[in-house]
Amino acid sequence: MTDIAQPSSHAATPVPPKRRGALQKLWQNQSLWRGITAIIVFLVIWEIGARWDEWFGKEWMIPGVGLIPPPTDVATTWLEVLPKAGYWESWVSSFRRVISGFLMAMLLGIPFGLMLAVNKYFRDLFFPPFEILRPIPPLAWVPASLIFWPTNEMSIAFITFLGAFFTIVINVLGGARNIDVRYLRAAQSMGASQWDLFSKIILPGTLPSIFTGAAVGMGITWEVVLAAEMISGGGTQGGGGLGFFIWNSYMGGSLEQIVVGMISVGIAGYLSSSAIRAIGDWYMPWKRLF
Amino acid sequence: MATQKNRGALSIRNVTKIYDPEGVNVMAVDNCSMEIAAGEVCMIVGPSGCGKTTLLNAIAGFHSITHGEILLDGELLCGPGKPKADQGAERMVVFQHGALFPWMTLAQNVAYGPMVQRTMRKKAALEKARDMLAEAGLGDVTDKYPGEVSSGMSRRAEIVRALINDPKVLLLDEPYRAMDALTKSIMHESLLETYDRTKVTIFFITHDLEEAIFLGDKVHVVTTRPCQLKKTVTVDIPRPRTFETQSSEEFRVLMEEVNEAVHEEAIKAFQAGERELA
Repeated sequence: MTDIAQPSSHAATPVPPKRRGALQKLWQNQSLWRGITAIIVFLVIWEIGARWDEWFGKEWMIPGVGLIPPPTDVATTWLEVLPKAGYWESWVSSFRRVISGFLMAMLLGIPFGLMLAVNKYFRDLFFPPFEILRPIPPLAWVPASLIFWPTNEMSIAFITFLGAFFTIVINVLGGARNIDVRYLRAAQSMGASQWDLFSKIILPGTLPSIFTGAAVGMGITWEVVLAAEMISGGGTQGGGGLGFFIWNSYMGGSLEQIVVGMISVGIAGYLSSSAIRAIGDWYMPWKRLF
Repeated sequence: MATQKNRGALSIRNVTKIYDPEGVNVMAVDNCSMEIAAGEVCMIVGPSGCGKTTLLNAIAGFHSITHGEILLDGELLCGPGKPKADQGAERMVVFQHGALFPWMTLAQNVAYGPMVQRTMRKKAALEKARDMLAEAGLGDVTDKYPGEVSSGMSRRAEIVRALINDPKVLLLDEPYRAMDALTKSIMHESLLETYDRTKVTIFFITHDLEEAIFLGDKVHVVTTRPCQLKKTVTVDIPRPRTFETQSSEEFRVLMEEVNEAVHEEAIKAFQAGERELA
């Protein structure tokens, strides 16, 4: 009987995994190669499409497509732009806006969402006004905030904050309210105080939703920052951000530079969400297992 | 852990529970009484959705009762004037689908009780948790997350998490429900071994008859909703029981006896189209 009750006795000693170098791992990473192949195929199709009329004559032109600059031209323009300080300043100012708005939204949104979730009185008081303000698109706030806030920069920060705030709050609220009642009951019958319940059960139980909210919120933040930068006109060339970079290229009539700006935004957004995923993995080791 | 002789006697007296969702009264438990002696393994068998879990929730203090009273060692848990029992570590529940906190390792899960009760410092609690897990044959996986171990292991860890609080009663709500027969039989033997060590009173809900007879001192067959005590079968097969017990003649006779009672109720439940109550 006791032999059967001891799973440790027949648990095999774990075989140490074969150590592989980082480079070798990268080389053998199939999904990485699939990703690279997909991007190359996409670029080739784009190049062919854009140069169609050049190669096959105007009569074969696919309507509209011929106006798009081919990736090789975009790459050339990019190389020209790369050493310019203005381009990198655009990156920095957009990132600064995104991060500050996003952090403010997290800082205020997480406690607010948790309060809504755990306290009925708080929810009764604050949920209705929140729900009325939530459907207003962040961009609808632009005129009012331009009037209300003394500087352009502050209005952009405010609108950015709004974009992420509502998404984060809704996710935190939903996540905290959906924690399995068995966890709460188990903790309570073990004698958990309100604080133990909050810090050890509700908070970690809500973390996945917090990170979902953060990922979605980060996407919205980029959208809003870009739009706000285009609307506000950016002031000086450098402080305008990537949104103004695109707008400015449009005003200057450089199609290639517009595409450079767009791809830059894409890369920036990808970097941002990768960062959130990495932090999420690090914070939630139990989620890495699946 | 100290063996407990005279603690954990449960008296369920004339308990009635009426749910009132949107004004439609649903009687889940009707005038149900049973006496569970200290250190007894008491198996509750009945058709799905009959209100067994309601009874367990009342003992654990998750739900109120409408009439009657429940006493633990002569002390009133809930009754007239106090419809809902306080939740307390002397009555630990092991849930139907398991409720280990997925964000804590097994050791952290087990250490949670003593830590929040402030009876132990974190380090001492974790140490004790590791010892107890090792005792239950989980010494190799103490620092794994519940998602990393098999359902059998996590259920066993959950029982350890309950036992570290030194409960008077262990309340188990079909803990081995979704397991295959082989895992189940291993679970049974390990539970019996734990019981022999601790002599904790066990209130065990199941609808697996073999499980009921194999584990129990008493098998209480309850009726389909509303839940009432239909028949009590005393299992006088001596302990320790091993899986050979299940092929013995006395086991077979008891099976027949319980089966007859349960079968009637199962047919009634089926005809009434009962669905599981949450």
